[in-house]
Amino acid sequence: MQRYILSRLFQSIMILFGVLFIIFFMLQATGDPVSLMVSRNASPEEIEAVREAMGFNRPLIVQFGDFIAGAVVGDFGDSLRHKQPAMDLILERLPATVELATTALFMAMLIGIPLGLLGGSNPGSLWDTLARGAGLIGQTIPNFWLALILIIVFAVKLGWLPAFGRETWQFLGITLPTRSVILPAFALGLFTMGQLVRFTRSAVMEIRSEDFVRTAYSKGLSDRQIYIRHILRNAAIPLISIIGVQFGYLLSGSIYIETICSWPGLGNLLAEAIGNRDFALVQAIAFFTSLVVVTLNLLTDIAYGLADPRIRYGD
Amino acid sequence: MADAAQTKGTGLLVDQEADQGLGAKLVYVGRLLWRDKSGLLGLIMFLTVVFSAVLAPWISPHPPLKQDLRAAKRPPVWAAKGDISHPLGTDNLGRDLLSRIIYGSRVSLTVGFFGVLIAGSLGLVIGLVSGYAGGRTDNVIMGGVNLILALPYLVFVVFIAAILGRSLINVILIFGFTDIPIFVRITRGEVLRLRESGFVESAKSIGAGRLRIIFDHILPNLLGPLITIATFEMSAMIFYEAGLGFLGLSVPPSVPSWGNMLATGRKYLTIYPWIATFPGLAIVFTGLGMNLFGDWLRDALDPRMRRLKR
Repeated sequence: MQRYILSRLFQSIMILFGVLFIIFFMLQATGDPVSLMVSRNASPEEIEAVREAMGFNRPLIVQFGDFIAGAVVGDFGDSLRHKQPAMDLILERLPATVELATTALFMAMLIGIPLGLLGGSNPGSLWDTLARGAGLIGQTIPNFWLALILIIVFAVKLGWLPAFGRETWQFLGITLPTRSVILPAFALGLFTMGQLVRFTRSAVMEIRSEDFVRTAYSKGLSDRQIYIRHILRNAAIPLISIIGVQFGYLLSGSIYIETICSWPGLGNLLAEAIGNRDFALVQAIAFFTSLVVVTLNLLTDIAYGLADPRIRYGD
Repeated sequence: MADAAQTKGTGLLVDQEADQGLGAKLVYVGRLLWRDKSGLLGLIMFLTVVFSAVLAPWISPHPPLKQDLRAAKRPPVWAAKGDISHPLGTDNLGRDLLSRIIYGSRVSLTVGFFGVLIAGSLGLVIGLVSGYAGGRTDNVIMGGVNLILALPYLVFVVFIAAILGRSLINVILIFGFTDIPIFVRITRGEVLRLRESGFVESAKSIGAGRLRIIFDHILPNLLGPLITIATFEMSAMIFYEAGLGFLGLSVPPSVPSWGNMLATGRKYLTIYPWIATFPGLAIVFTGLGMNLFGDWLRDALDPRMRRLKR
C-alpha cells in the first residue's frame, strides 16, 4: 500500500510540474505576452513599462526558473488589476466556490444515488425509466442554460429563490450557507447527478447478475441483506472514484454558473481576470484549480486503494 | 420477419452478417435502429439539425443579421404581442430568433465536426503508435495523455481561448487539440486488447506483417468504438462552444451562433426571457439527439453491452 501511495504521489507531482510548464509557455505561444495584456492603442512607452514590470525582458529560461521557484511557494506575482498577490485573491474567493461545489455534490448524491439504485434493481420499471431519463437529462442540458431557465422560473416568475449573489449566515462564528446557494448549486450539480444515476444504475444491474448474488439468494438471505452486504458494498467502491472526480469537476467547472448568478467564487474571478486581460491572475487560478483537481484525484486513488484489497495488495 | 423474430433480444445476427457486403450491413443496421426507437429518434433529431444547417438560406424566414428596430424584442408567436412573421420572436435589435437559430447550427456543427475530425484522426494515429510500439514510446505518450486529462478542462479551454482570440478556426483548433487524449486512450486500449486476440495471433502465425495486421485486423475493429466516442465528443464540443460563446470567447459577436445568442439573452433575461430560452433549447435538442443516437450506437456495436441492456 505504501508503495502504491508513493508512486501515485510521485505521478501527481510530475503532473503539477507539467501543468506549470503548460501555463508558462501558453502565454508565450502568441509570440509576445505583453501584447495580450495591454490595450490595443497603448503607447510604446506603456508597452515597455508593462514588459519591465512583468519581467518579460529577461531571457525565457530565467523567467521560467523564476516562475517555478515562485509557484512552489504559491507566489504567482501580483494581479495587474487588483495590485495585490494573485494567491491572496484566490484564497479570498475560495470559500464561496467550496460552498457551491459541496452543496452541488450533496444535491447530486442525494438524488442520483437512490434513483440509480431504484432503477438498477427494478429494470424496466417506472423507476428505471425515471433513472434513465435523469441520466440523459444530466448529459444533455448545459448547466449555463439551466441556470438561466431556473432564474426565469424560480426567481423572476415565482420569486421563491434569490437569483444573484451569495448571502451567508453567521452562527457562533461559523459562516453557513443560506438559500441563495440552492439555485446555482442545483444547476451546477445536474451533470454530476446524471453521472451518478447512470453509474449507480449500471453498477447495480451488473452486480445483480453476478454468481455470488445468486448464491446469496439460494442460501436464503433476504433481499435486504443481499442488498446491503453484497450489492451496495460492491457498488460503493467504484462509486468513490466517480464522486472524487466529480467533486474536482464541480470545483473547477463553476465559471458559467458563478458568472450568471454573480456568485463571488473562483469561477467568477477567472471570468473577471480574462475580461481584464489579467494573465498573472489567470495563470494562478489555472494552477490552483489544477492543484485542487490533482490532489482530489490522488486522495480518491488512495481511498480506492484502502477500500479495494485487490489494489491494496496487488501493487 | 423470421429473421427479426430469431434475433430479437440478442441482436446476434449482426455478427453473422458482418462479413457480407455493405448493402446487407446497412439493411441490418436499419433494422436494429427500427427496433430501438430511441436510437431512431436520436438520429432523426440529429439529421434535423444537419438539414437546417445545410438548407439555412432557403428555410430561414429572414436574413440572420437583418436588424429591424421597429420589430425589436417581439415575443414568440403564441404570446400576446407575438407576430407570425417572427415565430420565435426577435432579439434586442429586432433580428429574427428562428433564423438566427437555424444559422447558428452551422457554427455548432462545423466546430463539432472538424473538432472531432482533428482529435479523432490525430488520436487514432498516436494511439496506434502508443499501443503498438509499447515500451518507452508508450510511456511518454501516455504520460502526456494523463497530464492533459488531469487538468481542469474548462479552466484551460477558457485560458487558451482568451489567449488565441475570437475566431472559428481558433475554436476548432482548441477543441480539436485538447480532445486528442480521449481518442488516444480509447485507441490504445483497444489496440492492446486486440493484439492479444486470437485472430491477430492467427494472422501473425500465417506470416502477416505488422502493417497488414494493423490495416486488416486492428483498424476495422477500432471503427466501432471510435465512432461511438466521436458522437459523444461532438455533442460535448457543441456544448463547450456554446459555453465559450456565452462568455464571449468563441466566434466573433457578429456571427449568429447559439453561444452568442445566449450571451445576448442573458442581458435581457428578466425582461425578455425568450431571447435566451430558444437558443438553449436548440442546444438541448441537438445534444439529446446525439446522446440518444450515441447510446444506441454503443449498445449496437458492442455485444457485451447488448446483454446488459435487457
